[in-house]
Amino acid sequence: MSDTQFEPKIVGFLCNWCSYRAADLAGTARIKYDTNVRIIRVMCSGRVDPTFVLKALALGADGVMIAGCHPGECHYIEQNYKAMRRYYMLKHTLDALGVEPDRVRLVWASAAEGQLLADQIDKLVEDIRKLGPLNWPANWAENGQRLEALKAIVHEHEEAMEVKS
Amino acid sequence: MSAAAAITKGKLAIYWAASCGGCEIAILAIDEKILDVAAAFDIVMWPCAADGKVRDVEKMPDGAIDLCLFNGGIRTSEQEYMAQLMRRKSKILVAFGSCASEGCIPGLANLNNRKEIFDAVYKEGSMTAPVNPQDVRPQTETKVAEGTLHLPMFYDTLKTLDQTVAVDYYLPGCPPEAENIWKAIVAILEGKLPPKGSVIGVNTTVCDECPRTRNEKKIKKFNRTWEIIPDDTTCLLEQGLLCCGVATRAGCGALCPQVNSPCIGCHGPNSGVEDYGARLLSALASVIDSNDPQEIDRIVKEGIPDPVGTFYRFSLAKSQLRRKSKKTLTNGNGAAKK
Repeated sequence: MSDTQFEPKIVGFLCNWCSYRAADLAGTARIKYDTNVRIIRVMCSGRVDPTFVLKALALGADGVMIAGCHPGECHYIEQNYKAMRRYYMLKHTLDALGVEPDRVRLVWASAAEGQLLADQIDKLVEDIRKLGPLNWPANWAENGQRLEALKAIVHEHEEAMEVKS
Repeated sequence: MSAAAAITKGKLAIYWAASCGGCEIAILAIDEKILDVAAAFDIVMWPCAADGKVRDVEKMPDGAIDLCLFNGGIRTSEQEYMAQLMRRKSKILVAFGSCASEGCIPGLANLNNRKEIFDAVYKEGSMTAPVNPQDVRPQTETKVAEGTLHLPMFYDTLKTLDQTVAVDYYLPGCPPEAENIWKAIVAILEGKLPPKGSVIGVNTTVCDECPRTRNEKKIKKFNRTWEIIPDDTTCLLEQGLLCCGVATRAGCGALCPQVNSPCIGCHGPNSGVEDYGARLLSALASVIDSNDPQEIDRIVKEGIPDPVGTFYRFSLAKSQLRRKSKKTLTNGNGAAKK
């Protein structure tokens, strides 16, 4: 790895019963995967409020992974289906806001699939590396002229209205 | 009205920034009670309805205004200046209505930037400027013989009032309903206010005020409003209409669903919700009756062709992402649009 390579920051929401255990398994089996994912354990992929994903991106993450039990195998019966439906709605919305679809990914990984999870993480990191940094907060930073424009108003009011503020 | 208010008359300011003027009309819709307001307060500033100059406000000591109802989002440097001024001069600053609270319709311009908005307004051949051969655009600075003239700077991104200055209270609605305005004024006069930073209103959703019958919600298709005539008694969402009532703060009395029109979410999120659109899409996702990824994708894309305008119609500026990615927009150098 060269010093200049872009290292994406990725937040991973992994479900307690399958995917987090897959990550555990990857660890105990000494499977190597990219260290760009910051894993947050949640009880279920259905617990992942879309707000979490949006907040991660708004705070500077370059990508988000949501991982849960395979469809039909949810510890809470069918909450991963809800995660799936939210995921498609969220992707549709993110697309309209100009976030590349590859940045947010839903993955199914059972407790036995440490290798699969590690591969999926590597794949996501590689894809986001190609996309480059997201740097979302830069989207709402106004350029440097803003403060000058504000000062100009104060100055004109002082001149025209003989007010010192 | 409290005795204290009757003894010392307070000072009231009502200001507007990027808004449509509907909030001012809503204030006047409290009818003859406006006389009670005038009895309790000296109106020191209300550009829409009363005299009052910026210079007079600038000359006041800080904190001299007891209450400022501020409607509208922050679109220009002049509006930011006024927000800062009204904040400094006011003891209580209320983000009045949806624009000041969460950006509202003007906030949807965050899907574009200054360049694109100016193109739409000033470019020759556009709807609003059919003739503009010299491509004249507003400049922030113009040098003339007597000196330099300034126009306010138009921002790329509309901000809410609380993204600009500290806000004490919020009053939801587009516009706030007259009776809620009156209740808020009474609460302020009597000092019976919730903790600072709260919304003055109820903490429940529109569904709780809606008289329609609710059963199990399971739908295979979102209908656009023109596609069906809904029946008068069943929950609109169950009939496939995208009703935002499930995620929207109550207080309006479910006015829209009562006349067969789905809630569009003007009261914004209920308390504790950080992103209105995320909450709404979360709730709607639960209603889709399918476990098949392709079918879900199709239902979503066919039924919700404009996700931002649907989930963030009133709250894009206040949402977590606040705007569309600038990378995908035309920049000042004419870069390609996505």
